[in-house]
Amino acid sequence: MAEALLEIEGLTKRFGGVIAADEISLMLPAGELHAIIGPNGAGKSTLIGQLTGEVTPDSGRIRFDGQEITSLPVYRRSQLGLARSFQVTTLFPDFTALDNVALSVQAHSGHSFRFWSNARSEIALSEPAQTALAKVGLAERAATLVADLSHGERRQLEIAMALAGRPRMLLLDEPMAGMGPEESIRLVERLRALKGAITVMLIEHDIDAVFALADRISVLVYGRIIATGVPAAIRSDPAVRQAYLGEGAADG
Amino acid sequence: MSPPAKPSVKTGWSIGIVTPRIGLNIAVIATLAVVPAYAGLTGNAFALTLFTRVVILAIAALSLNLIMGFGGMVSFGHAAYLGIGGYAVGILAKEGIGSGFVQWPIAIGAAALYALVVGALSLRTRGVYFIMITLAFAQMIYYVAIGLDRYGGDDGLTIYRRSGFDGLIDLSNRTVFYYLCFGLLLVGIYLVWRIVNSRFGMVIQGARSNERRMRAIGFPTFRYQLVCFVIAGAMCGLAGALLANHTNFISPAMMHWTRSGDLIVMVVLGGMQAIFGPLIGALTFLLLEEGLSRVTDYSNLILGPFLLLVAISWQGGIDGLIAGTRRG
Repeated sequence: MAEALLEIEGLTKRFGGVIAADEISLMLPAGELHAIIGPNGAGKSTLIGQLTGEVTPDSGRIRFDGQEITSLPVYRRSQLGLARSFQVTTLFPDFTALDNVALSVQAHSGHSFRFWSNARSEIALSEPAQTALAKVGLAERAATLVADLSHGERRQLEIAMALAGRPRMLLLDEPMAGMGPEESIRLVERLRALKGAITVMLIEHDIDAVFALADRISVLVYGRIIATGVPAAIRSDPAVRQAYLGEGAADG
Repeated sequence: MSPPAKPSVKTGWSIGIVTPRIGLNIAVIATLAVVPAYAGLTGNAFALTLFTRVVILAIAALSLNLIMGFGGMVSFGHAAYLGIGGYAVGILAKEGIGSGFVQWPIAIGAAALYALVVGALSLRTRGVYFIMITLAFAQMIYYVAIGLDRYGGDDGLTIYRRSGFDGLIDLSNRTVFYYLCFGLLLVGIYLVWRIVNSRFGMVIQGARSNERRMRAIGFPTFRYQLVCFVIAGAMCGLAGALLANHTNFISPAMMHWTRSGDLIVMVVLGGMQAIFGPLIGALTFLLLEEGLSRVTDYSNLILGPFLLLVAISWQGGIDGLIAGTRRG
């Protein structure tokens, strides 16, 4: 078995009486594209929050690349190479697309206590940013303000920003949310191109995309992982069918 | 269907290449440059006094724009830095230390230190809480100044000699003093311009725009905001030292909360996130205040609604209005 890049052990989080994460344990080998699916309220966002550091778990441990990160602040995890995209697009609206990605590059190129030279004319920032934009097909829109981008373009920009920091692992929080079918297909292609080169945890409602892309899938229900396995196994798992895919879901 | 691609000519908040804006900025700078000549020719000494005040408060507003306009940190206690800078000069002068080489670094250092403390505590909060904490600290300093009986308490303290610079520059010469303030303002504007476009400036502006996102992409935003806060505090401390020298007087009124409000109004009026906005705002505000107070006793009755109108209808202040005319 390949070396685990991300190890989650007994992760538990309660909000009042609600258990949002119930002893979640999961191992992601480097290079895997692992999808998390589950009905609304299953605790997918809480899981992402705990992995990125925005939510503090009640108990349990998270190790990334062999290092314990359970209590590290958000920015430290990002600097270690754990990048994320947001479910609801949260970009810098008054910056151009290129500025947005360049900021992400900047975050991973040393400290920013540099007060003098113009950041926008630094090739060291703009070139990798331009490359990341090209990877998601936004090269033409580099000089456009985020406020003037379409919804789909913003979703792509989200991923470009996550990629720009050259992360070891990507946490994609519903990257297809609100996308048209055509845009979704293109995004699936782009994600497929990333496979193997980068470890991905994909949280997604679009079941077709998940089954097309994932190496393995975990099913989260009421904060618990009820099944983990390759797509074919998940598809035929009776517990999963009952809890999530819905009994009688016709597939061929 | 996607809308037709727009050419991306909108410059948004970015600095430079907008001609009407540059025209206005040059006109303002040119006007300020010839004020002493005008005052000398017409014998209107008051013009020099008024414009010295404009230039000094423009430096204070400039520093506020750095944190409030570019950094999104609405400090409602900015006059405290003016007071600290001023009191540093006044107290040292009273104690027999008249050298500007001592007074000014201490004024700047004391304001920076105060900014460090206020920033370290207030930057852990956001929104209204942030505004209230900065105001509370400023009020505290205000009442401390009132309690300083040795330095005049409520009545303030007269400074009998302006800061001395060993014959290098004579501040008691009003024209020389004016040009010193004007020069420092230009240096300050240049510094702010460099800072906001630097990597540091990108972090500060990114944090204004979307702080959560900044942390997610790997920026420890707090420390950058704190450093920004200290830079602004130091700059405003210098303005306070200048103001004390200008009026030859310090009093708690320098840091009354309404003064903090005035500074915010200047920044908003001139245009937040505009490099020359604070100068244009300070100029407009102080000239209006002066002009109206000559015509009527109820100048605030006119000034207030006018400012309200500006805040509501011209987002981006005067700078936004001027720059906006380019579009369409």
